[in-house]
Amino acid sequence: MTKTEGPTAATPHGRHPTANPLQPTGVRDLHLTDSVRSARDDARAQGGQAGEWMPYLPASTTPHCPPGVDPADLVWAETVAPGGYTHKVLARGSRLRFDDPTGDACAHLLLFNALEPVERLNVADTQKIPWQAYLGVNHPLLSGDGRVMAVVPGDSSGRHDAFCGTTTDAWNERKYGDARPEGPSPSGRGLFVKAAAKHGLSRRDLPPGVSFFQGVRVEADGALTWRGSAGPGTHVELVAEMPLLVLVANVAHPLDPRSAYVVGPLRVHAWRGLATGPGEERFSATPELHRAYLNTVDYCEARGL
Amino acid sequence: MATSRTEETVPTAKVLNNYPTTSGGTVATAVPVGAVYAEGSPLDWGASLVDGAVVLDERVAPNAPWSAVVAKGHVLTIVDVGGNQSADCIIYDAHDPQERYSVPDTLAWQGNAYVRTGTVLRSNEGRPLMTVVANEIDRQDTIGGACGKESNTLRYGHHVMFHHGCRENFLAEAARRGLGVRDLVSNLNWFMNVPVEADGSLGIVDGMSAPGRRVAVRAETDVLVLVSNCPQMNNPCNDFNPTPLRMIVVDPGRPAGAGEATSQSTPEDVA
Repeated sequence: MTKTEGPTAATPHGRHPTANPLQPTGVRDLHLTDSVRSARDDARAQGGQAGEWMPYLPASTTPHCPPGVDPADLVWAETVAPGGYTHKVLARGSRLRFDDPTGDACAHLLLFNALEPVERLNVADTQKIPWQAYLGVNHPLLSGDGRVMAVVPGDSSGRHDAFCGTTTDAWNERKYGDARPEGPSPSGRGLFVKAAAKHGLSRRDLPPGVSFFQGVRVEADGALTWRGSAGPGTHVELVAEMPLLVLVANVAHPLDPRSAYVVGPLRVHAWRGLATGPGEERFSATPELHRAYLNTVDYCEARGL
Repeated sequence: MATSRTEETVPTAKVLNNYPTTSGGTVATAVPVGAVYAEGSPLDWGASLVDGAVVLDERVAPNAPWSAVVAKGHVLTIVDVGGNQSADCIIYDAHDPQERYSVPDTLAWQGNAYVRTGTVLRSNEGRPLMTVVANEIDRQDTIGGACGKESNTLRYGHHVMFHHGCRENFLAEAARRGLGVRDLVSNLNWFMNVPVEADGSLGIVDGMSAPGRRVAVRAETDVLVLVSNCPQMNNPCNDFNPTPLRMIVVDPGRPAGAGEATSQSTPEDVA
């Protein structure tokens, strides 16, 4: 069972002087806020603490800088809580890395062209164009407009899924009895709705997505079988081949067979880099990928990117 | 890429062929229109798979889009008139089109990657939109997505960019219903065959359907059904021979012949 409680509240002034010694100590007792000045002091005293899941600003201060990456190059560093979500606009060429430190993270991902969000991840094309249903190294994440939005240059997990998408409220209510985004078993879609709204997008804009770190395979009769995690300490990397709006929900996979809502923290890092260029092997690894890159480069160059 | 061009050559538009029009005549045209089925192709127009009063009975020409609202409880039969003709399909809640068909929800709820009799076609909110109540081929596809001008360039090369595609059909038909590109999502492909092999290889291969084969789907709520009669000529999703579809909606709650709607068929077909 994963931890569900958040970071404990601060105790900047110790125990409240008027606390009733007969009552158990609550959060109320930890804060002296009976005037504007004391409330301000109380609030300000809470800063500077570290929580288990939080963004690290500036990104170079992350306690989990990926190996081989200069912290000065980082543009995004965050640990997403179990049942949490995050989102970011990344420049073309950015490297994005997800880490699953516990083996129980599940990074549900949606991608949009940050400049024209009607261009977005198209899972059908992402499986059909490469002639391959399972995500792995050099697998492109394609839009419906014939362009490669991102590619997977590195993957130490190999347990991913492009069939099942993320969870809905209906699914989680049936499975766990609750799907509220503020509750104990939020649905991925419920979190995506909030993340999208912060970029002016609505549920109309949310296509099927992919997820990383919890694998699914298709049997000969079509049955979707759960393979789960490759264990703690795996990671997957992406290259942003165009300016991307990235939405991430860290929620239990729809086919997770456990009755408890089990999901671990998800680490997210991104750093500056260059988009894949014609000189790189990946650019023309397959005829389909080559033409997808030609389309992306054509788009980006015309836009002056 | 540089193209060699002789200075003195002035390109002239050539009339390529005579093409049938929706008005019933023909027009001589230089437009490279998509192919339609060869003369003599066997066609079986079939009939509804489910008994009931006919609410709607329409024919969809090769390459063309189609849409209709199907009321809760009514059953839509799609007839694969010429055999192995992919009918790309997206379904919307007629009263709230932001709730629409979802491939991953449909697959995750049933725990299977293929669509067969009994498959509940679910929305992006996990709710039932339609149910497959009868099906005359082994399995139906919902993994292969839709073709489009742009994705065709990835699969076949930029020389096919001018081809018409299902994404264009969807956009044109969606626009008639007040919907647009934000409303296009991964779809169903009735009568298309996309196996997933053990190593994850997948692709569109020769179909398992035949002239007159049918699938029937019952509306679980009022739905808008958007269909593209696939114009693809670069893979076997329509056997390289685009043929018509027949769409029949019946109300099983009323006996056949009771107050039936007159056929709203478009002109036969355009071969």
